[in-house]
Amino acid sequence: MLKIEAIIQPSKLDAVKDALLEVGIEGMTILEARGHGRQKGHTEFYRGREYTVDLLPKVKIEMVILDEMKEKAITAIGSAARTGRIGDGKIFVSRVEEAIRIRNDERGETAL
Amino acid sequence: MFRIRLRIGLLSLFFLLPSFLVAQAPNPSLQPASQADLKSLQDAIHAAQMNADNAWMLVSAALVLLMTGPGLALFYGGLVRRKNILSTMMQSFAMMGLITILWAIVGYSLAFAHGTSFIGGFEHIFLRGVGLAPNPDYAATIPEQTYMVYQLMFAIITPALITGAFAERMKFSAMAVFLSLWSLIVYSPMAHMVWGVGGLLNASGGHIPSLDFAGGTVVHITSGVSALVTAIYLGKRIGYPQTNMPPHSMVLSFIGACLLWVGWFGFNAGSALGSGPLATSAFINTHFAAAAAALGWTVAEWIHNGKPTALGAISGAVAGLVAITPASGFVQPFSALLIGLVAGVFCSFMVFKVKNWFGYDDSLDAFGVHGAGGTLGALLTGFFATRAINPAFGPGTATGAIDGHWGQVLNQAAGVAIAWILSAVGTIILLFLVDKTIGLRVTPEDENTGLDLSQHGEEGYDLNS
Repeated sequence: MLKIEAIIQPSKLDAVKDALLEVGIEGMTILEARGHGRQKGHTEFYRGREYTVDLLPKVKIEMVILDEMKEKAITAIGSAARTGRIGDGKIFVSRVEEAIRIRNDERGETAL
Repeated sequence: MFRIRLRIGLLSLFFLLPSFLVAQAPNPSLQPASQADLKSLQDAIHAAQMNADNAWMLVSAALVLLMTGPGLALFYGGLVRRKNILSTMMQSFAMMGLITILWAIVGYSLAFAHGTSFIGGFEHIFLRGVGLAPNPDYAATIPEQTYMVYQLMFAIITPALITGAFAERMKFSAMAVFLSLWSLIVYSPMAHMVWGVGGLLNASGGHIPSLDFAGGTVVHITSGVSALVTAIYLGKRIGYPQTNMPPHSMVLSFIGACLLWVGWFGFNAGSALGSGPLATSAFINTHFAAAAAALGWTVAEWIHNGKPTALGAISGAVAGLVAITPASGFVQPFSALLIGLVAGVFCSFMVFKVKNWFGYDDSLDAFGVHGAGGTLGALLTGFFATRAINPAFGPGTATGAIDGHWGQVLNQAAGVAIAWILSAVGTIILLFLVDKTIGLRVTPEDENTGLDLSQHGEEGYDLNS
């Protein structure tokens, strides 16, 4: 089982969700996040002083999937979220030790 | 043919007949009017005029209270960080409660009772003698209680304005004590000097007749200068100016500013103390100045920063309203436009440049807008006041400089100077006293946690509940 964490532009959320659904991934968690990589922030004015706002709004999508879905998920997310500009985001993959369905205590891959 | 005409003729006669009867019968109520009839008619007219004035004055009083709650509470509340929203609003609300009680007990008397040139006496302590009959010294057509409650709303908002300077770092207990005492030793004396009978700066009969229609010196200079002194005494907020502390909700501030604009019609037009044409002049001047000032600040900011901000626009409007306050019942409408425009540009300069030059943390620009705007407005009043709108010194006498009375500008300057000195000295003394007894500023931990939690054990927004 693998955990996919993708940080994307908020405006790409709908496209990414649709793309994941199309490859058969239905369960995910969406978080509102703020952050930046190499993307510069924007400037705001407050009372005549210019301030740089570093923390930009982002969306983080987390999902735990079967190992064999890894490339499909990465491709789906990547192609839906890509604009070609700095700030598109990142995808991280990590291994998951255990998964449990709370409703009926199912464990392992069937819990996904 | 003849029969038809006959019928028409008879029918007409039938309808005309009652009028002949009425015209000929003697009408018992058309007797020559007696003296008693005339007197009761005059009394009825007078009562109707008084009720008209009272109706407007009560509405005006309500409008001025609306300026504090929720106008100022929202305006200031939106400008602070989220963790301090409630405490900021509480400060204004506390004034609504505290100042009312103080005013009723002794504040009104100190401001408006007979006394010296500087302060009233205790004639009206506990509102003794303040009934429903008019007090001709102040307003001959409304009950004195209307006048008292109208003035109360001014006494409430003035200390509330100061809270903008010490936002996000003053203890609630210290604020309550400080502003209560301030109301008694700065506000009431200033109100007495400018508006009270026998006051030093009173336009009718004072040694230095000063024109302040609705409180440029009494409300805005006193609060603005006191704000500056407090901001300097208390020191900067932790992290200022390196850390950006933008408004957490410009939406709330916007709503507050609009409530201030509308409420100001009660503040200025109500200062006509009646519902006649002078109220109309003040109403129009108020609106024109606000609009011109909003434009002035917006354009100045657009040029200076490259973008016009909502904060700049609403601050501009408030600056214009402040500046027109002393002038509202004395100037022509296009003078009001000019006053507003100048105030918008001037106050933006005070806030963008002067504040940064000196480095004081006047968090919500109480000095930059009210202190500076009030000073500018008071001086411009001396210039633009005209007997064409308000013959304040007598029907044939020049009022301000444009009538030829250039000395009035000097009188205004004297009033401004007195307001500055009284406010600065009074405030420093009170700050020192309260600081040495209770302590003014919250601890750094409490300041970082936020005043809502540390002072009130509350959170303004619980969006997860």
